[in-house]
Amino acid sequence: MNFENMDVVSIRDFTRDQIEEILDKSRAMLPYAKGEKVSRALEGKILGNLFFEPSTRTRLSFESAANRLGARVIDVSQTSTTSIVKGETLADTIRMVEAYSDVIVLRHPHEGAARLAAHFSKKPVINAGDGAGSHPTQTLLDLFTIQEEMGGIEGNNVTILGDLKYGRTAHSLAEALTVFGAKLTFVAPETLQMPKDTVDQVKKLGGDPTITSDIEGVIADTDVLYITRIQKERFPDPAEYQKVAGTYRVDREMLREAKKDMIVMHPLPRIDEIAPEVDSTAHAKYFQQAFNGIPVRMALLTSVLGVEF
Amino acid sequence: MREFKVTPIRNGTVIDHINSGQALNVLRILGINEHNVDSTVSLLMHVPSKKTGWKDVVKVEDRELDKQTVDKIALISPKATIDIIRDFNVAEKYQVRLSPRIRNLVHCGNPNCITNKCEPVAPEFDVENHDPPMLRCIYCDRTLEDISGNLI
Ligand SMILES: Nc1ncnc2c1ncn2[C@@H]1O[C@H](COP(=O)(O)OP(=O)(O)OP(=O)(O)O)[C@@H](O)[C@H]1O
Ligand SMILES: [Mg+2]
Ligand SMILES: [Zn+2]
Repeated sequence: MNFENMDVVSIRDFTRDQIEEILDKSRAMLPYAKGEKVSRALEGKILGNLFFEPSTRTRLSFESAANRLGARVIDVSQTSTTSIVKGETLADTIRMVEAYSDVIVLRHPHEGAARLAAHFSKKPVINAGDGAGSHPTQTLLDLFTIQEEMGGIEGNNVTILGDLKYGRTAHSLAEALTVFGAKLTFVAPETLQMPKDTVDQVKKLGGDPTITSDIEGVIADTDVLYITRIQKERFPDPAEYQKVAGTYRVDREMLREAKKDMIVMHPLPRIDEIAPEVDSTAHAKYFQQAFNGIPVRMALLTSVLGVEF
Repeated sequence: MREFKVTPIRNGTVIDHINSGQALNVLRILGINEHNVDSTVSLLMHVPSKKTGWKDVVKVEDRELDKQTVDKIALISPKATIDIIRDFNVAEKYQVRLSPRIRNLVHCGNPNCITNKCEPVAPEFDVENHDPPMLRCIYCDRTLEDISGNLI
């Protein structure tokens, strides 16, 4: 498949075959991502990091991925802040960055910003998160992690737990996992459950998700426990937040019921969702998951830049 | 039974089978108000339809509608028919029909959508369903809840 010049705006822009190819390429990147092997495949290429919102992790992981392959990174975020504040449109900023780089990585507070950027740029644009919108590289690294840890995605019981209403990452992940044949359970307090739009989409894709607020009832059957952040800001009443956060906190006690090889994932940063005592258990895969952002982004960069690897 | 009595028009357009209650929105789409027309405009609200239940009808003299206007009508009344009247007779008749992708007809209802942020782009939607209309913003990916309230 040819990914050259493809924009990575939403995970829905990819077919299942395309995702599988990216995951295969990501696996091939592992030794390079770890620094065990060295490659200059992207020598001479320039990545333009354009971050309108602070997101140190995502920005650094793109930077690390690019550097591992010998590309240079320019961080337009800092230098362009002044002109952005003066009211330059994103459409104009993008055409400036396009002139300075070979691929643009964009993080922006407004939904749809990446699609707009892709419209105006002939160089490929990778969406690193737009507002509450999509974050396709997160979805890809989540899929990659499950694939690597479980030896495949199909047939696994994946329980997604937390704020499913507002967390758009959970929505894209649910859809993508369904395409790959995972069986889904959505666990959240009623007020934070998966929106109807996403549930309908999952059903349309052939899924039949279980929807519950009771983690205790489903933990024993779970193969992958994916936890998303529950944001304090969503709760008008702090006491209500404390209650919900407490109920869904993953600790050793909760994991006693779990299968031995169940894995725990989290997009990080975590607040109170996972007790630190879980880190040393074999279930904890969230740091591995964070690392997986590197090979996945390496695979994407070589793909959209049309570099054979 | 005669459906109703209104002044027949010699030349113009009848917008028939408008969803009951949407006639005023159709006038808004046509940009008609009391100060800017000097030919007949008739508005029928809540009249029995031979097809199903109730409908509204709007008749405008000396005016034919462009594609943009017809598409907007389709957004609030997917069953509407456009009858072009020439010399008192129905010269042409067609059903409104949305293209799979529509541009510059409605604003996105998501205030945080990039199309609502002074960028040089027209709002654009995929039409996921015709009747009732279901629109998804190609930028922010949200479906539009209030179509008539967001008409451009
Ligand atoms: N000269 C005219 N002036 C005003 N209205 C007219 C005129 N001629 C036809 N109409 C209106 O245009 C509409 C379409 O006329 P037509 O004779 O095709 O009716 P119809 O057979 O009921 O059509 P349909 O199947 O679309 O309901 C009707 O609402 C009719 O009242
Ligand atoms: Mg009739
Ligand atoms: Zn939008």
